[in-house]
Amino acid sequence: MRREVPLAITFFVGTLLIISVFLPPAEGLGEDFTVFFDIIAVFAFFLGGGNLVRVHLTKLSRRKEDWPYSIVTLLGFALMLVVGLFKLGNPGGIAASPTTDGSYFQSIFDSVLLPLGATMYSLLAFFVASASYRAFRAKNREATILLVAAFIILLGRTPFGMALTGFIPEQFDLFQVPNLAVWIMNFPNLAGQRAIMIGIGLGVVSMSLRLILGIERTYLGGDER
Amino acid sequence: MRCRQPGHTPLLLLALILLFVSTDVCVAQSEPDPAGSLMADTARVTVAPPTSVIVTDHKYDNGDALELSWVPSIDDRIPGGKVVRYQVYRSVNEGEYLPIQELLPGSNFFLDESLHRDSVYSYYVTAYSRNDSAMSVATAPVSPQREWLHVDRAWLFVIALIISLAVFYFIRAARKGEDLFIRKIAGLEAVDEAIGRATEMGRPILYIPGILDMDDVQTLAAITILGRVARTVADYEIQVRMPVSRSLVMTAARETIKTAYQTAGRPDSYSDDMVQYVTDEQFGYVAAVDGIMVREKPATVFLLGAFFAESLILAETGNSINAIQIAGTARPAQLPFFIAACDFTLIGEELFAASAYLSGEPKQLGSLKGQDVGKFIAMVVIIIGVIAATLAQAWEVPFMQQVYDALTFVFSTQ
Repeated sequence: MRREVPLAITFFVGTLLIISVFLPPAEGLGEDFTVFFDIIAVFAFFLGGGNLVRVHLTKLSRRKEDWPYSIVTLLGFALMLVVGLFKLGNPGGIAASPTTDGSYFQSIFDSVLLPLGATMYSLLAFFVASASYRAFRAKNREATILLVAAFIILLGRTPFGMALTGFIPEQFDLFQVPNLAVWIMNFPNLAGQRAIMIGIGLGVVSMSLRLILGIERTYLGGDER
Repeated sequence: MRCRQPGHTPLLLLALILLFVSTDVCVAQSEPDPAGSLMADTARVTVAPPTSVIVTDHKYDNGDALELSWVPSIDDRIPGGKVVRYQVYRSVNEGEYLPIQELLPGSNFFLDESLHRDSVYSYYVTAYSRNDSAMSVATAPVSPQREWLHVDRAWLFVIALIISLAVFYFIRAARKGEDLFIRKIAGLEAVDEAIGRATEMGRPILYIPGILDMDDVQTLAAITILGRVARTVADYEIQVRMPVSRSLVMTAARETIKTAYQTAGRPDSYSDDMVQYVTDEQFGYVAAVDGIMVREKPATVFLLGAFFAESLILAETGNSINAIQIAGTARPAQLPFFIAACDFTLIGEELFAASAYLSGEPKQLGSLKGQDVGKFIAMVVIIIGVIAATLAQAWEVPFMQQVYDALTFVFSTQ
């Protein structure tokens, strides 16, 4: 029963949602099931929060490596929970949304979490440089093509591109670097992306059928009884 | 050279004062007269009404929408016309007309949604100039109609049916023992090698299932691959670390790993701590995972699932600790980052094929073969479509134009 019930639910819901695409009266079912999922996910928050607290309390009590950081995590968790739950400093009072402008909850979010997130995001600039350096080394034929294409696109997005190739007459303007960059993006690049998208679409169909028919059961914890 | 006499200074000052005074007067005179402005504003800017207002049923819905269209006011058909807005008025069950939607000049269509099948609706549209308005003739009362079949999706149904039947056929063929050729996928061939490396080095394996929840098919694919990976991990008796950003993913991953350890005959080696919830916050999660990578230096990192801006941050951190990295996602925008920073990348469909490929079960491999039929159809249609479009455009071959139109009709999404 532990396997059969989820498999039956998967088959029933999967089939229903496929049929709903072709039946206008049932078209809203997809959104309805998304709401059901959201309700389940809200309850799962308790599991996640509980797990976070348990892991860090264990780390703290056993004085595992880097345990002081667990104090910061637990304090941050408790602070946001209390401030958000009791709407501390909320101009609209207890009935207002926790994210009301000026509330402590929103202020902490804006002044601590957002800058920290932006800091992590900004690391991307450096990682793009280091990854590009490795990817664009002309080790073989494919990497050389990649290097040349990348060079044209980079140059085409700067004023240098036009300055270097602006002399090319209008009837051959495709060979002006900015136009060449646009051509690379609109044709070879887009064709490649669409090929990948077709593959993904077919992959999703195949995987969905495996799940609906119960052939793929690993997500239920495996197929062994 | 003539020098200015000291006695001239008061005269100069007087001249300057007069100049400023006269300038002020000039400025004051050049300002618009408020009274005149008021008169200009109150001058009536007459406007013609919208015409031919038609209300029709919105096709292929559950009987909850009507389409309203009209010919814009004649004063709205030239650039900079007199119309400043349109207002749609609606009457329900022949009651009072109430304003329901304001639209910009140039508008000639409005879709009224969230209606009821058992009510009748009539409409009129009013064009407004700066200080005048003109209403159209009201439409006859209409009720929205429900349609039971999405007829314009008939071709989508046919295509889906063909692909599904192909999948069924090959699953059946595989069950009967037919030998099916599946091409080698380098990233999946390397899974055992990557886990073996972690065993030799005595370091953990890090498994990142993306940042979306269990309602995303990429996360489902990541969890199915986890089942296969965890079985090998259990056999080798090494540690697996799996920080997740969704609580439901945590629950599903725990069940999957637990079953894998039970199957391997090592239920005692399993611990709930292998899967740890971190946070739903995107960059908070990235910070935590990067920290785990730098501190614990896993020998192998799996990045499988749905990734966004964090893909390169995670992959580059993994690269910096010299871990073997196997990545896979169905998000084309993130694939170049994984290809640049990881050792192996599962591109799009390979992510969904991975679980079936790793299982080696005939019925699962059969589903992959059925997928190839879909790819074959796509290739044939693309080739025919390109030829037809080229011949129709360049040489104006009528038959090719018909072929092109037919293909566009069949494969366009409604």
